[in-house]
Amino acid sequence: MNRIIEYMLPPQRSTTASDVDSLFTFINVSGFILFMGIMITILIFVIKYRRKSEDDVTPVITHNSILEVAWTVIPIILILIVFSWGFRGYLTLTSPPANAYEIHVSAASWLWQFQYEGGGSTMNEVYVPVDRPVKFIMSSEDVIHSLAIPDFRIKMDVLPNRYTTTWFQATETGESILYCTEYCGTGHSEMLATVHVLSAEDFEEWLETGLEVDEDMPLADVGEQTFTSAGCNACHSLDGTDRVGPSLLNLFGSDRELVDGSVVVADEDYIRRSLIDPQAEVTAGYPANMPSYSGRLNERQIDGLIAFIKELQD
Amino acid sequence: MADSSQKTLRIREFPIDENPGHTYLNHEKGILSWLFTVDHKRIGLLYLGSVILFFFVGGMLALLLRTELLTPAQSIVDADTYNQIFTLHGAIMIFLFIIPSIPAALGNFFLPMMIGAKDVAFPRLNLASWWIYIFGALFALYSIITGAVDTGWTFYTPYSTQTGTSVVSMTLAVFILGFSSILTGLNFIVTLHKLRSPGLSWSKMPLFLWSLYATAVIQILATPILAITVLLLAMERILGIGIFDPSLGGDPVLFQHFFWFYSHPAVYIMIVPAFGIISELISTYSRKTIFGYWAIALSSLAIAFIGFLVWGHHMFVSGQSELSSVVFSFLTFFVGVPTGIKIFNWVATMYKGSIDLKTPMLYALAFLFLFTIGGLTGIMIGALSINVHLHDTYYIVAHFHYVMMGGTVIAMLGGLHHWWPKMTGKMYNEFWGRITCGVIFLSFNMTFLPQFIMGSQGMPRRYFNYVDQFQGLHQFSTIGSYLLGVGFVMMAVYLLWSLFKGPKAPSNPWKARSLEWMTSSPPTHHNFEYTPVILHGPYDHHKPMKEFRMGVAEESESPDVIEIDKDPA
Ligand code: HEC
Ligand code: HEM
Ligand SMILES: [Cu+2]
Ligand SMILES: [Cu+2]
Repeated sequence: MNRIIEYMLPPQRSTTASDVDSLFTFINVSGFILFMGIMITILIFVIKYRRKSEDDVTPVITHNSILEVAWTVIPIILILIVFSWGFRGYLTLTSPPANAYEIHVSAASWLWQFQYEGGGSTMNEVYVPVDRPVKFIMSSEDVIHSLAIPDFRIKMDVLPNRYTTTWFQATETGESILYCTEYCGTGHSEMLATVHVLSAEDFEEWLETGLEVDEDMPLADVGEQTFTSAGCNACHSLDGTDRVGPSLLNLFGSDRELVDGSVVVADEDYIRRSLIDPQAEVTAGYPANMPSYSGRLNERQIDGLIAFIKELQD
Repeated sequence: MADSSQKTLRIREFPIDENPGHTYLNHEKGILSWLFTVDHKRIGLLYLGSVILFFFVGGMLALLLRTELLTPAQSIVDADTYNQIFTLHGAIMIFLFIIPSIPAALGNFFLPMMIGAKDVAFPRLNLASWWIYIFGALFALYSIITGAVDTGWTFYTPYSTQTGTSVVSMTLAVFILGFSSILTGLNFIVTLHKLRSPGLSWSKMPLFLWSLYATAVIQILATPILAITVLLLAMERILGIGIFDPSLGGDPVLFQHFFWFYSHPAVYIMIVPAFGIISELISTYSRKTIFGYWAIALSSLAIAFIGFLVWGHHMFVSGQSELSSVVFSFLTFFVGVPTGIKIFNWVATMYKGSIDLKTPMLYALAFLFLFTIGGLTGIMIGALSINVHLHDTYYIVAHFHYVMMGGTVIAMLGGLHHWWPKMTGKMYNEFWGRITCGVIFLSFNMTFLPQFIMGSQGMPRRYFNYVDQFQGLHQFSTIGSYLLGVGFVMMAVYLLWSLFKGPKAPSNPWKARSLEWMTSSPPTHHNFEYTPVILHGPYDHHKPMKEFRMGVAEESESPDVIEIDKDPA
């Protein structure tokens, strides 16, 4: 039984996960017993009371008070247990500790942006410390999204007109997937992010260096850094293989056929437009689900990306 | 009024014409005699044909979805098309198939017959309901042609106010369909109150009718809310009035409250009629009095009532206040109790019965299996802390397919087979009926059982692409859905064969006791050639069959006329 439950659930990587899983197990086990009880009774009845002849006579049994009280009261007790257990867990899930590390999450169709206390930000990647409560303060720039991290057993809708919050405390270092679980259009199923859980020291170090923008960095290197920090790699490869979007290898200078049939040359301007207003010119054969980076990347990052893409030729 | 002083009623047995020459099927001929009929039986068949057509369309769309999900990336359609297909599948299955399915098709046909009436109270209104339904369906079709809808059947704002697709015509379709539903409900309530035959007291009413009564109450009370909601949505889209869209100053969560205030009770519009059919089937094929008649009848009403108070369980992570989540979770569990009571009563009915595993009974047993899983997993997602993890994952998809398809569709198939001889006057092939039931049962589990696992592991719903980890389970599920398709094709084949070549059905092949079996198969135009009089309950299998065929005798008739109290209740 334990093996089955373990297979059914994602790994437990937060402090709250084990309580949720215990309740999951409790309901599954008691539900299974109840279910088997009913099914075996039915099976026995079907075999034992199978019609023997066309003139079988059956007794008239219209009710039985003891039975009826039993099967009303026992389920009520069971559901009260389940209710209060779930209620307790929910209270924990909705009450972030006061000392939690706060990260502001902004959702937009179809990307996640995370802003750290120091001021830096990342896209589609979020870095958090292990063994320390982390609180997400979330809002959306357009429609409703929902932030879910199955490994942590958390989920909360992200709304356009108010802040919602959720929190967790990761128990081990590693990577977990973050999904958007409120349907939000074309790119909904691509709206994923990676949660990197780092040790306390690694996290501090990452805050120092990972978010740093080096003034003297060559443009193409800024572009390379932005390519990961802005989450382009989720949809674009650099080696010629197709992902959600076209590979950026050999893109620069090539002729692009758009869905409306027209053909444009992929020059600097085109790449810029692809970032600022991706829906305006959609490449034929791909979905129109690239998020707009307008306002999310500064001029230097955009120039950097252009320089970086320019160099991707083989 | 003239006979109000009369204390006794003269009754006699009326033999059944086993070879009716004149039936409702040949009463009038030609396509127009069908399209403009006011005969509840023909309207029932019009509905039956229409819902089967939409089930077919919705089912084909489902197979497209499942095919796309064979691979983690794009397989046959693009993301936008996928989103439109799941929206259409959901909307067609809900609004065009399952809501009208049992009440409007089987209910229309059998409700008047089961109370010994000639027709429903308002036959013309009944015809109007069907036409309104068709009109609504045309609107839905129009929205598909003009760009389809990609919002999901839930139309959540602000996505639905911002997307470029034809949301307005789809919401108008839903609006129109709602009226059809309300009118049918109204008709049923009046019919049940006013047209019951002499002796048919509320305590002798078949449980199928109690379930239709409870359903009709929900239809009348809840459907207007949906109408208001979609109208507000249309106003926001057309006139730019800010109600739900925050960029116009509205509140998107308000929409969810409105929507689920209808759609949760609507879940009971979908499932309660199925309960009614199961009561009929289990008693008939166990040839035994139903256990806990009042418990079953009243628990339907209890479910209908509590069902109005639990809508917020769809919104535990929506940003509604935590207090409301807690209250909604608490109330939700109390729907579980009357539902459990029904299951126990059905099992108890089989105790010491004379159980005949005919096709309809197999469907009833399949229902008990599948619906119990649906119900228990409902307890799972009603628990707050678990709901946070499982909400909007495939666990939910599996849960509602177990309830709606494993529950309602399976019960409807049971009812369809049970009443097939009465409706068509033909028998179907018992062997193929049983085999097909087995195929559908197994492939259904194959399709949806893996989805519980995927959902628990975190696979979100409405996902066009997914992470590689889930591919094995998705493929298993897709193969299951193909087999399910095969099952339905098999059913279509033997039922069509029965329609054209099947052997003639006797008037009461299952030795049932309720009134619809006390007339010829197929019934005559007016159902009964006399006014039936009811002496016993619909499940009194211990009483001789002849006492179920009584009717009002003419003054001059004798000698086998019996005199009874006019109002035994
Ligand atoms: C959610 C997936 C996704 C993300 C994230 C994404 N893109 Fe795209 N991108 C696409 C898709 C799909 C297309 C093709 C359709 C189109 O032209 O809009 C595309 C097109 C492009 C094009 C035009 C390519 C051509 O074929 O003409 C460029 C350039 C581009 N993306 C760069 C980027 C950069 C740089 C980033 C990161 C800052 C990024 N994209 C992030 C999905 C994505
Ligand atoms: C023939 C068997 C069926 C199959 C294979 C099937 C398959 C599917 C699939 C793959 C989805 C999309 C899930 C997602 O991405 O979230 C779906 C959604 C849905 N199905 Fe079915 N389905 C079937 C029958 C039914 C029936 C009989 C009903 C109801 C009567 C139904 C009602 C729904 C609803 C309401 C949705 C949700 C749509 C939405 O998310 O907007 N389905 N189904
Ligand atoms: Cu989304
Ligand atoms: Cu609900």
